[in-house]
Amino acid sequence: MRQTEVLVIGGGPAGLSAALEAASLGCDVTLVDSDLALGGQLIKQTHKFFGSKEERAGTRGFKISEMLLEELHGYKDKIKVHTNCTATGYYKEDGVISCVIGEEKYFRIQAKKIVMATGAQERLLPFPKNHLPGVYGAGAVQTLMNVYGVAPGEKVIMVGAGNIGLIVSYQLMQAGVEIAGIVEAMDKIGGYWVHAAKIRRMGVPIYLRHTIKEAIGDQIVKGAVIQEINDKFQPTGTEIKIDADIICMAVGLTPTCEILWQAGCKMIYVPQLCGHVAQRDMNMRTSHPDIWVAGDAAGIEEASAAMVEGRIAGVGVAKSLGHGNASEQAKRLEDYKGRIADLRGGEVGQKICQGLKVCTVNQWEV
Amino acid sequence: MSENEKLFNGGVLTEARKGAIEPPKDLWERKKNGLVIIECPQRIPCNPCHTSCPTGAVKAFKDINDQPEIDYEKCTGCARCVAICPGLACFVVDLTWGGNDVALMKLPYEMLPLPEEGDTVDCLNRLGEAVAKGKIVKIAELMNDRTKVVQVEVPRSLVMNIRTIRVVK
Repeated sequence: MRQTEVLVIGGGPAGLSAALEAASLGCDVTLVDSDLALGGQLIKQTHKFFGSKEERAGTRGFKISEMLLEELHGYKDKIKVHTNCTATGYYKEDGVISCVIGEEKYFRIQAKKIVMATGAQERLLPFPKNHLPGVYGAGAVQTLMNVYGVAPGEKVIMVGAGNIGLIVSYQLMQAGVEIAGIVEAMDKIGGYWVHAAKIRRMGVPIYLRHTIKEAIGDQIVKGAVIQEINDKFQPTGTEIKIDADIICMAVGLTPTCEILWQAGCKMIYVPQLCGHVAQRDMNMRTSHPDIWVAGDAAGIEEASAAMVEGRIAGVGVAKSLGHGNASEQAKRLEDYKGRIADLRGGEVGQKICQGLKVCTVNQWEV
Repeated sequence: MSENEKLFNGGVLTEARKGAIEPPKDLWERKKNGLVIIECPQRIPCNPCHTSCPTGAVKAFKDINDQPEIDYEKCTGCARCVAICPGLACFVVDLTWGGNDVALMKLPYEMLPLPEEGDTVDCLNRLGEAVAKGKIVKIAELMNDRTKVVQVEVPRSLVMNIRTIRVVK
């Protein structure tokens, strides 16, 4: 049985930030990530981030990942990293987490405190022939293209005009792939307006109030039929047939929270945060006194918010373990909370704030 | 829903809005090196246009979600905001450039292939329609982050229509 003071599950923007913050206040941290490399989704983000200087606005996502990893290197004595390592279960009896490295090597680890930064899973849409090769999730397209340098196809129908659909469309165009069109069920794009503007001006149509009716093709995707829908999402309009060899689904994410359920954290369904999330206090502690949550696992949001949330959880954990002095902790928390409030102050952030109201408690009763 | 509103909801600007306005005519016509046009009408948490501005022309944000406001007197047309804006929403237009019929636009560009100086390119409007031919004057990478700022000579009458270029090879 391994022991650690703090176990951070997930090495994306939230988990890295939580580990760094906790270590900087004196905690001994173990960080596990199921991927081969740390950085989570950041390593696929070739676009520049929004936010302020503190969130490294104007810097490309993968560069931000490199900066976090450099910071991590400075704490190599305080943070022990396991990649290719999946946390597979939480045992309520003794609070032990089981992990598996690769596919065979298991170990058990006991932590005084745990930060769950497990990120999110993609949603998919049911439609006829969605089993055909050529139907992808946006995450896979981004991995192929931006991690492995492989163009997924020649012509793409993007389903969903949230930030992911818009950004991945732009990145596909940068890779020389044609975007046949973007299909969006709402009457307005869900992502940032500027992301839409920059692909519209390159001639990409966005079909608002449309849905994908079916894929076309026998062995592989040859195209899709899309159709206009009314405000009750019922198909009404004429069908449009679009040729393409890729149908890319960017219809949203949902928090990855199995271990939070296993640990008996109080969970609540919050549509604005895109699924079941753990109730948490202002410092991201769940109803379980030893478990914190941060990033997309706590509700789907931008990576910039995930990084700040990770920092908050990191301070919270350190505080509960008695690391660092009270005034330093208070100063950092005030700074981070101000920053995250700023990030959520825009049009898209309003929805997040509504959701957070539902699942945030002021303080857990002692 | 009006046609204009539908277009706007899909990312196409159809009229001036808060955060997406034209510079004042008088100043614009005589300002050497041009003035910035920012098309950022939605409240989003972002401020590099301000933090990168060497002269304070993009005013400080009270709330980081505010739409940018510009003090045109201070704008030197340096195009640093063009280079850094994550939304590729800043454009510089120099009306003092060349003869009476042309103007110089400084546009963000992140596509391949890159145009070369002297190339003739398609100039695209906000819907991606080719509305004119333009001539590439200069290509620079101001922030050393791979985003290029292309300077392109365009018909002066279309500076409020043209928003990007397409390389024709």
